[in-house]
Amino acid sequence: MKSRSRIGATFTDGHTRLNCLRSSAPISVRQTPDGVYLVGTAAGPLGGDDLLLEIEVEAGARLVVRSAAASLALPGNTGLPSTVTVQAHVGAGGSLWWLPEPVIAGGGCDHRIHNRITLDPGASVVWRDELILGRRGEEPGRVRSRIDVTLGGAPLLRNELRVGAGAPGWDGPAVLGDAGAVGSLLVTGPQVGGPQVGGPQEPSPHLAGPEANGDRASARGGGRSGVMSLGAGAAVLPLSGPGVLVEALGSDAIHLRGLLDRALAYLGAGVVR
Amino acid sequence: MNLLLLADGRFPAGGHAHSGGVETAVATGAVTGIGSLEEFLLGRLATTGLVSAGLAAAACTLRHPWAALDAEADARTPSPALREVSRRQGRQLLRTARALWPGSVLEGLAVSNPSPHHPVALGAASEAAGLEPLEAARAAVFNAVTGPASAAVRLLGIDPVSVHRLLAKMGPDMDDAAHLGARASDGPPAELPCPGSVLLDLFAQQHAESEMRLFAS
Repeated sequence: MKSRSRIGATFTDGHTRLNCLRSSAPISVRQTPDGVYLVGTAAGPLGGDDLLLEIEVEAGARLVVRSAAASLALPGNTGLPSTVTVQAHVGAGGSLWWLPEPVIAGGGCDHRIHNRITLDPGASVVWRDELILGRRGEEPGRVRSRIDVTLGGAPLLRNELRVGAGAPGWDGPAVLGDAGAVGSLLVTGPQVGGPQVGGPQEPSPHLAGPEANGDRASARGGGRSGVMSLGAGAAVLPLSGPGVLVEALGSDAIHLRGLLDRALAYLGAGVVR
Repeated sequence: MNLLLLADGRFPAGGHAHSGGVETAVATGAVTGIGSLEEFLLGRLATTGLVSAGLAAAACTLRHPWAALDAEADARTPSPALREVSRRQGRQLLRTARALWPGSVLEGLAVSNPSPHHPVALGAASEAAGLEPLEAARAAVFNAVTGPASAAVRLLGIDPVSVHRLLAKMGPDMDDAAHLGARASDGPPAELPCPGSVLLDLFAQQHAESEMRLFAS
């Protein structure tokens, strides 16, 4: 199945208005007082599916995207991988909260996720990704989940998670260990950062020019000098640019969500919604 | 011969002081012997190793501005502790390489940033030493795997022969990663590999906060 859905938020007369809500099976997009919900109207994603979601948040607009339920990646009968691509653009002063339910990597799946997030200077994003490594008692299939975030044209974060066949050592002691669920929370925006998050900030190469790079990076960012700690299963990582990434490993979906909820309550507080 | 010099752990770039996460992995009981060390090294090779291979090969092509590659390295290194380690090692490598292979390439890099990320410095040094991008990628993956392996010998007190047998067994995997990195260096820097490793990021932050340690990372 090939589909292309779209959500557009614009800002006029002091209010955010949704100027585009285009559903394309198997994704239905629905407006609620709590945000825009993605509703899966078919099983999957299944092998062979190629689903694209475009999100446009214009300057000043605010958008929250959630999903009604977890999605379960499964193999299809084509032998092809399933692909879900989200392309999001947020304009200056706009904010996007991406808080969907987790993706479950079912046995035998071959699933690709690509999140491409393009931010204008002054844009804010809260972006949560959660991947559950198989249903209960099941080995997950193959997953490649990549996130690319650029801010004003400069790279802010490029990170790919590789699970299953073709990813040597993925469940070993350097990558995910025996975790049952892995997730991350990216928070970036003009209000993010400052001394309350992770202690002394690195100079930002995007703001201060290349000469700001160097030995002044703080090795203790997010650590003892910061006020936030999530324990051994998570790290709070101030990025080189303006933003913070929280990486977390949970024994299961509930444990993982607990870690990321604590991070969200703390880090998301400064982002307009 | 220059490839052997660059990849040698005795090359004065400070590599011997870093365990690549093994010290914390051992301290937390995640790595306890040769079996878990193999899983650790395979994971490190497929993540950090591949990222370094792509960046080093791209730097060696001289087709991209240093600042652009440095920004791509930053974006692929969310851990502030690992960014600092990378820049510290890059600075030391660049200093040594400038003495060995003086010329406009390394002078240009030093002007752009005296503390470049390690893979960028390694790629530039490789070019200055007359090497090809694939050789720069080879040096990068070799570094990414052998450094932690020798740290593990010291930390676990295991038989160095068994560790080197493991390294020999991983030779084809290291070659594959080097080829993947070199192939990616033909494209735009934004498309270079970026596989991350959550535990290495967690270990690096824990290590930076730890009081009891033998290695700098």
